[in-house]
Amino acid sequence: MKRLQFMSVRLLQGLLALLLIATVNFMLVRAAPGDPVSIMAGEAGASDPQFVAQLRQQFGLDQPLPNQLASYLGRVLQLDLGFSYRQQQSVVALIMERLPATLLLTGTAFVLSLAMGIGLGALASRHAGRWIDSAITVVALVFYATPLYWLAMMAVLIFTVQMDLLPAFGFFTVGADLRGLDKVLDIGRHLILPAATLALFYMAVYARMTRAAMLEVAQMDFVKTARAKGVSPGRIQRRHVLRNALLPVVTLAGIQAGGMIGGAVLTETVFAWPGIGRLMFDALLQRDYNLLLGCFLFTAAMAVLFNLITDFVYTLVDPRIELS
Amino acid sequence: MKSSFWRRFRRNKGAVFGLVVLALVALVTALGPLVAQHDPWDMAGMPFAAPLAEPGMPLGTDTMGRDILSGIVAGARVSLLIGVVSTVVSLFIGVGVGAVAGYFGGWIDATLMRFTELFQAIPSFALAIVLVAIFEPSVQSIVAAIAVVSWPPVARLVRSEFLTLRQRDFVAAAQLAGQSTPRIILTQILPNAASPIVVMASLMIATAILLESSLSFLGLGDPNRMSWGYMVGSARTVLRQAWWMAVFPGVAILMTVLALNLVGEGLNDGLNARADGKGK
Amino acid sequence: MTMDAIPVPVLDVQDLDIRLPAGGDRALAVRGASLRLMAGQTLCVVGESGSGKSMIANAIMGLLPRPHVEPVAGRIVFDGQDLLQLGEDGLRTLRGRRIGMVFQEPMSALNPVMRIGEQIAEVFDAHVRLPAAEKRRRILAALADVGLPEPEVLIDSYPFRLSGGQRQRVVIACALALEPALLICDEPTTALDVTTQAQILALIRDLQRRKGTAVLFITHDFGVVAEIADQVVVMQTGQVVEAGGAAAVLARPQHAYTRKLIAAIPDGRVRAPSAERPVERVLQVQDLRKTYVTGGTLFRKGRRVEAARGLSFELRRGETLGLVGESGSGKSTVGRCIVGLSPFDGGRVLFNGRTMQSGAQFRAQSQGRIQMVFQDPYASLNPRHRVGPTIAAGPIAQGLPRAEAMARALELLQLVGLGPEAAERFPHEFSGGQRQRIGIARALAMRPALLVADEPVSALDVSVQAQVLALFAEVRERFQLAMVFITHDLRVAGEMCDHIAVMQRGEIVEYGETAKVLADPRHAYTRTLIEAQPRLSAAARPEALAA
Repeated sequence: MKRLQFMSVRLLQGLLALLLIATVNFMLVRAAPGDPVSIMAGEAGASDPQFVAQLRQQFGLDQPLPNQLASYLGRVLQLDLGFSYRQQQSVVALIMERLPATLLLTGTAFVLSLAMGIGLGALASRHAGRWIDSAITVVALVFYATPLYWLAMMAVLIFTVQMDLLPAFGFFTVGADLRGLDKVLDIGRHLILPAATLALFYMAVYARMTRAAMLEVAQMDFVKTARAKGVSPGRIQRRHVLRNALLPVVTLAGIQAGGMIGGAVLTETVFAWPGIGRLMFDALLQRDYNLLLGCFLFTAAMAVLFNLITDFVYTLVDPRIELS
Repeated sequence: MKSSFWRRFRRNKGAVFGLVVLALVALVTALGPLVAQHDPWDMAGMPFAAPLAEPGMPLGTDTMGRDILSGIVAGARVSLLIGVVSTVVSLFIGVGVGAVAGYFGGWIDATLMRFTELFQAIPSFALAIVLVAIFEPSVQSIVAAIAVVSWPPVARLVRSEFLTLRQRDFVAAAQLAGQSTPRIILTQILPNAASPIVVMASLMIATAILLESSLSFLGLGDPNRMSWGYMVGSARTVLRQAWWMAVFPGVAILMTVLALNLVGEGLNDGLNARADGKGK
Repeated sequence: MTMDAIPVPVLDVQDLDIRLPAGGDRALAVRGASLRLMAGQTLCVVGESGSGKSMIANAIMGLLPRPHVEPVAGRIVFDGQDLLQLGEDGLRTLRGRRIGMVFQEPMSALNPVMRIGEQIAEVFDAHVRLPAAEKRRRILAALADVGLPEPEVLIDSYPFRLSGGQRQRVVIACALALEPALLICDEPTTALDVTTQAQILALIRDLQRRKGTAVLFITHDFGVVAEIADQVVVMQTGQVVEAGGAAAVLARPQHAYTRKLIAAIPDGRVRAPSAERPVERVLQVQDLRKTYVTGGTLFRKGRRVEAARGLSFELRRGETLGLVGESGSGKSTVGRCIVGLSPFDGGRVLFNGRTMQSGAQFRAQSQGRIQMVFQDPYASLNPRHRVGPTIAAGPIAQGLPRAEAMARALELLQLVGLGPEAAERFPHEFSGGQRQRIGIARALAMRPALLVADEPVSALDVSVQAQVLALFAEVRERFQLAMVFITHDLRVAGEMCDHIAVMQRGEIVEYGETAKVLADPRHAYTRTLIEAQPRLSAAARPEALAA
């Protein structure tokens, strides 16, 4: 029951956070230089006087600010995020179209980065000071310092341009009209490069954290107690060291989740992956600020979701959470 | 104390390497015009010239015939400038919030932490994009945007340091001596929290440079400045024809950020030999 | 008549040398150490910090941080084998099965994310194959054996539910689960309350009697030696300076160091009350109340703890009051209230007749005339400030010109036995005892009328304790200070204080002149405390009280 309570509190906090972000959106538009309505209309829409007039009425700029905020938040809660003149669709519809692709990409990258990161970090700490540790540490350092978009482009350069091994653009092979298993495999092939590049950066983060955490935990008193009991080294590594080292790593994963979603923007842009990130990039190019803010709100929602998932995993991993 | 710091720093080979690279970057930035022979915006040669194909342009040219090497040199300036300034601003905000929260505790701490957590829940890159887009890209808006999204981790670190240090008896002794609160924060607690803050600062500069280059890549850089991210961005659609347009600027970013990370680790080793003063 | 077989020692350490890494304060942590332990006996290894006593224990178990610290000479014979020649695999079969070990810090000795039952099960799993039901039965038996309540519930609980004493019992249960021939205890009671310590010592003694285990007990406290040891080995800077039967060594110590250690223990000498009590009341505390809330968040209320429930006492000039209690009694909280570091919720505090306002006003009113000496010498001085400015900071904050304040600091350093050159140094260059002296100098710099000492010697070695206590006495005489001495050690309180107030869970359960309270305690808790103090001459038990 305690866990349910804890999760409900976190859920409420998450919703509150989203409402506040929506308010930030609201403030930003009004704080920016220029007429809020033409900003919201976007470059394309601003040239259509009818559209602009419609927006002006909808916004009710003559109303006092709190009323405007209230009506804005009301619209947000009903999932009305406005209309993109350039793309001639409601913002919500555009986002929903792209949501599955982004979820697929970031979800895969999240799992991949955690699994590889923890595995490599544990391996490095196990052989601390030897060549395999140095190798993993150096590799992690390099990937940690590499700009994500550049890594993506290098991947394209090597695997597509030079070696013609993996597809670089899009979600599936255009015009191939595949079905069923073939379609899944095709998407999978297209998923490899984007997911791998997105995962590599964060894998470095988790590998470093896991290694440091495991080395620290290995010094703790209860590990000495386990040794004094004659417990085998393998079991000590798994049940005592790794198990305790996971706690800060899970916490970190929650914090990094937001970063990964931001990184998706760059990855999707390079690989032309039809997700929300790519949509944001298009909105930038087209100066469609309404769409941009809508995407921003959605990416924040996804970050909150990831945070909730890692919070939940944390409750599974740390039995003391009942008391907190 | 200084000499033992250098001794420990030197022991970390990676850190020394990083320091050398950073010195090189700083040198290149300072000497600027001497190294780069052309204005980065000038159409100095044939478009799409491969590296070493044209004299005086060892790294090739881009779609408009601009010298890549000159672009890299100019970009160094922008990246370092934005990286350092935004980190300083971020530190001001973060240290301020963290120190107040950690020292006073109670509901002040709780409110400030809720606020910080909220900020951290927002995907920072997305927020930076939105901020720069809406306020029009310029060096100032980029610095402000990066500072705004980067301060929460600093605040958390400073807060946790202050919370621990606040409990130490020497703070109680200072209170009994009659020292005022601002004096205690500045002269008693802050010097002891300095080491982790310094280490974090070097890592933050690295992150700021990555952030700035990512923004430039997406076209949100200051339109009057040539920056590394912009160069990689302009290579995106012509990767097949001119791989050098993407590779060299990217390597420049990679080396600089890597160097900063390595120096940060060296600083960590050098400053934290004795974590809490226990001589035992 | 048959010849009795010469009994073989369970553990035979011969001429052990243990090396330290280069740059340590000496080349060998332990040099030429030898000891023999027979079955069913308890051997105490006594020494101060840095004597190498723990190293020997770790060397036997093969738990030294090799290759930095390594045994380089000698033999450790156990079960007919030289443990130093055994590889890691060989040692692992012995650990937990033939040799058990208990460590010093119970709060961190158990894996926080593993259930208690599983942590004991590990010992079985590592050495024998048992069917599940049998294993569970034996785990429950092990928990009951060490006196833990409700084993059925405990077996599925996590360590955070247990107190320090209870966790130590679990560690003992793990160590003894497979009935080893040898139990090594490395200062297992140092981190525990006096009453808990007495219980754990009794438990170890009882288990030893029942199972015939040989016990190697590492400690710094000669009182513990008196209570439990058959044999004793005294160590100083890595070498054995004296060894023999416990009773003999205690009664007639041969070596100077042993004599010094025994002499340094407060021997129950009690401060004689002065003939006339001074009239001036420096401190009057009436019905003091303090409640604080722990562990709350924005969404949940924390737990309420009543640290002080209506306390009253007074203190006159030149007198010392002892606040004695265990952890959780509230004594430290009271100390912080009367100094002005914590606000209090009810009652009155009068300083030199003047009512003090609770909260921030308190310190402004007292003007630095109430000062404190703290417990942890490693945390009470700012590591970034030199000693001289640290001492002078107080007078400077009160308005004294810098030059005069520094002069006063130098004077005080002289008084506490440190030369003037100490003013230029940083705290990490001094030992624990020296840092406490600096702390005393800092407190005295403010010319206080009232000095509160919060467990000022608990973190120090025994021989250093005696010196610092002597300094307190000297300083008190010279400045006619009123002192409140907070401690958990009745022996120390007896030596230093005119009056004692015994605290338990926020209340004063006994209050009176030291000699009277110690000789004729009225309250049951006071009696328990007196009983629990490890004493030098076990004969001096207050059986006479049961009249």
